[in-house]
Amino acid sequence: MKNTFIGAPMERREDLRFLRGRGEYVDDLKVDGLLYAVILRSSVAHGRIASLDTSAALKCPGVHTVITAKDMPGGVPIIPMRLQPLPEFKPYEQPVLAHDKVRYVGEPVAVVLAESVALGEDALEAIGLEIEPLPAIPDHARAAQNRSLLFESTGTNCALVFHARKGDADAAFRDAPYRRRERLSTGRHYGLTMEPRGAMAQWNAETGRLIVSGAAKVPFFNRRILAKQIGLPETAIEMIENDVGGGYGARGEFYPEDFLIPFAARYVNRPVKWTEDRRENLMAMNHAREAAADIEIACTRDGTILALRGDIHNDMGAYMRTNGAVGARNVCQFLAGPYRVPHVKVDSHLWMTNKTPVGTYRGPGRFESNFFLERLIDMVAADLGIDRLEFRRRNLVTQAEQPYPIAHVQPTDAKDQYDSGEYAAAFEQCLREIGWHDKAKLCGRLVEGRYHGLGVSCFIEGGAAGPKETARLEINDDGTFSVYLGTTSVGQGVETIFAQIAADALEVPIDRIRHVHHGSTHYVSEGFGAYHSRSTVMGGSALLDATKNLNAAIRAAGAKRLRCDEAAIAIDGNKVSSDGRSFPLSELAGLTAEGTFHNHHHTYSYGTHAAHVAVDPRLGQIEIIDYVVVQDVGRAVNPLTLRGQVIGAVVQGLGGACLEHLQYDEEGQFLTGSLADYLLPTATDFPHLRCVITEDYPSPNNPLGAKGAGEGGIIGAGGALANAVAHALATFGAEPRVLPLTPSKVWELVGRKEA
Amino acid sequence: MKTRFDVNGREVEVAVEPRLTLADCLRHHLRLTGTHVGCEHGVCGACTVLVDGEAVRSCLMLAVQAEGSKVVTVEGLSNDQGLTPLQASFRKHGALQCGFCTPGMITTAHALLSEEPDCDADRVREVLSGNLCRCTGYVSIVEAVLEARAAYKGSAR
Repeated sequence: MKNTFIGAPMERREDLRFLRGRGEYVDDLKVDGLLYAVILRSSVAHGRIASLDTSAALKCPGVHTVITAKDMPGGVPIIPMRLQPLPEFKPYEQPVLAHDKVRYVGEPVAVVLAESVALGEDALEAIGLEIEPLPAIPDHARAAQNRSLLFESTGTNCALVFHARKGDADAAFRDAPYRRRERLSTGRHYGLTMEPRGAMAQWNAETGRLIVSGAAKVPFFNRRILAKQIGLPETAIEMIENDVGGGYGARGEFYPEDFLIPFAARYVNRPVKWTEDRRENLMAMNHAREAAADIEIACTRDGTILALRGDIHNDMGAYMRTNGAVGARNVCQFLAGPYRVPHVKVDSHLWMTNKTPVGTYRGPGRFESNFFLERLIDMVAADLGIDRLEFRRRNLVTQAEQPYPIAHVQPTDAKDQYDSGEYAAAFEQCLREIGWHDKAKLCGRLVEGRYHGLGVSCFIEGGAAGPKETARLEINDDGTFSVYLGTTSVGQGVETIFAQIAADALEVPIDRIRHVHHGSTHYVSEGFGAYHSRSTVMGGSALLDATKNLNAAIRAAGAKRLRCDEAAIAIDGNKVSSDGRSFPLSELAGLTAEGTFHNHHHTYSYGTHAAHVAVDPRLGQIEIIDYVVVQDVGRAVNPLTLRGQVIGAVVQGLGGACLEHLQYDEEGQFLTGSLADYLLPTATDFPHLRCVITEDYPSPNNPLGAKGAGEGGIIGAGGALANAVAHALATFGAEPRVLPLTPSKVWELVGRKEA
Repeated sequence: MKTRFDVNGREVEVAVEPRLTLADCLRHHLRLTGTHVGCEHGVCGACTVLVDGEAVRSCLMLAVQAEGSKVVTVEGLSNDQGLTPLQASFRKHGALQCGFCTPGMITTAHALLSEEPDCDADRVREVLSGNLCRCTGYVSIVEAVLEARAAYKGSAR
């Protein structure tokens, strides 16, 4: 294998169409006879459906039909969990349409099919939906009272408690010379994609085939669910991945609409398209992050961490969705972060509330736990009179300790260990990059009306989820190659990265990799997808296997053709040769080979964030003066796209640290239904950001040595930002315990109240 | 009702409902799907097009209001082959990932650089702050627009 293109900052292939407005996203699709779906959603957080009358809506102009639960005589399908599908979660899974109760504002109740979106929306107004309200559960504390139950049959609003255990934490606490207990919490965010979700379904009654466009992230898994729900063999369904306008964990999971739109197309025997609008997107796509920790740390007086224990309460929203448990598991499994913590006893509680259900959002559970621990460390270091940098140095895991075991989580039986890395090396490099030593004297000082502060946080990022990924190579009729992937593109540059890997693996110039196809279900026998920072590692390793298999197939075909031993065949550029005789590779057009990569060992990239902020105590405004992330990724396939991943993730994280919160009132009414209410970072917010990528410790767990690296930029952002603000406002004794740090929160920290 | 306007140098006449937005007209009636719709309430900027040279949110404008105007979309700012200097600069700096906000960024940046080819980084950030991008964190977009200034110098109106 060559190393010509891997590691080069190559410009992206997909950009040529995106920059010229030639991408093709699902809402760009149009076919003859298309009907448009619009969805009636509950405006009540918790209640019983008393009546649902669609007769007036059916008479509205342009309306073809209105679908409700009554149109599903076999019963309303329930969406199963994809990750951690524990039996305990079964009662909390979501039906594709609400039919007895509604449990959150935005829950689908009916689907209108009309000749245009506008006519369909007109008809929504004519549907008579009466809901008898029930007391709403607006937060985890109210959920815990169990006075009003979302699911009466279970008798509790607590779906499950994850137990993270390592060593004997209670014994360690009993004997500990120092301990500190804190309550900290994070806001409710979501993986807002700039392209709202959408789907177009085409049913062919004659052939019995169903084509669903708009697939993303995990099309093979979603096809399996859909096939079961709709009563078709998987082979009768084709999921098509179009260009996808962002993923971040949220897009591409199986949502109610992923059943409703294909069902509608089959029901009326016409193609049906649905495009989510932004208001829907805010209340329908998975929420994430909202967690409250009550945690305690035990240390020696010289600052060696002995143990962590406590409880974390996760606001799960109204249902357990496909990957809804991941954040709640991660938040306890990874609370110790990159630090050596011999004893852990943390319980993570999953509380059902009358809000949009949660799923993963980039760095699920990791952003939260990083904020909790990094804030705690700064408070503890101050208590003990130890420099906070020195405290971290003492506790970061070293390469000599790798593979380092982490807490075991039950009942999922999640047992894991870090793979490789000298975590203090990234830490020291980050301090040097930001010029910590020189800036330290500014810390806590008032300069021209603003207090300056420095903050640091160290993170660990998991990647490369198993069990498997598939890739296929095919020789084209001009002797070039096509790559087919079981993994998917959510905009991260898959076509470029896999062309780089394929060109090096095949030892050919990169322009001989003609196409990289991904995402759709007809390209490979079985695919998994884009989540848990896995595409490059898992798909790339599968591609190396496909290369081996294709080369073997070329040798076998060449040996037959040239009547020689397979071992005597040389594949040289675009020629197959042996002993002076040769023929062009193009004559083997159509020859194809699939490859797989099986892996149950995760990769763990790691690094450090450092922030220099200036805080205006009058305006409550936080300005980032400088911000550096150093991340060791084992091996960087494309430094240009990787930098984009890291910086982009940092800004998402700073959005979560400063701006973003999905707000509900006491009745569970959703208050942030527009982008004027749910604030995202804009170009003026965080101009000064840098990242440094290192490749010092390749992962021993895959042939590329690469580690998943799409999430580290977000994981450490809350901790670094909050620590910087704490040190800026040290004069006031400020200790930020709640994110986001909005201007009014900063005011509270400096002892002022909103006027 | 019928409305006539010029799109990317081509005169068009479309029969539309008065309530149809210019964005939906461009996308679904004229099949110019490069213009994207990200919020339909004028915040995200993905649907930005040029109307008589001004950057305008096509989701906040009705198609019938375009009567007699010259509308330019991302397709109209693109060549059949290759990239314009602005687009090439975006590509070089990694100023896009999923590509959904990109047409709005290109049209907005083009309008800015056409008027102010000497703008500084703060001005670029100020103008682009009306366009949301969730992938890049904006750093690379600002770098790309700054580098593209050279191509607009001498051609400012």
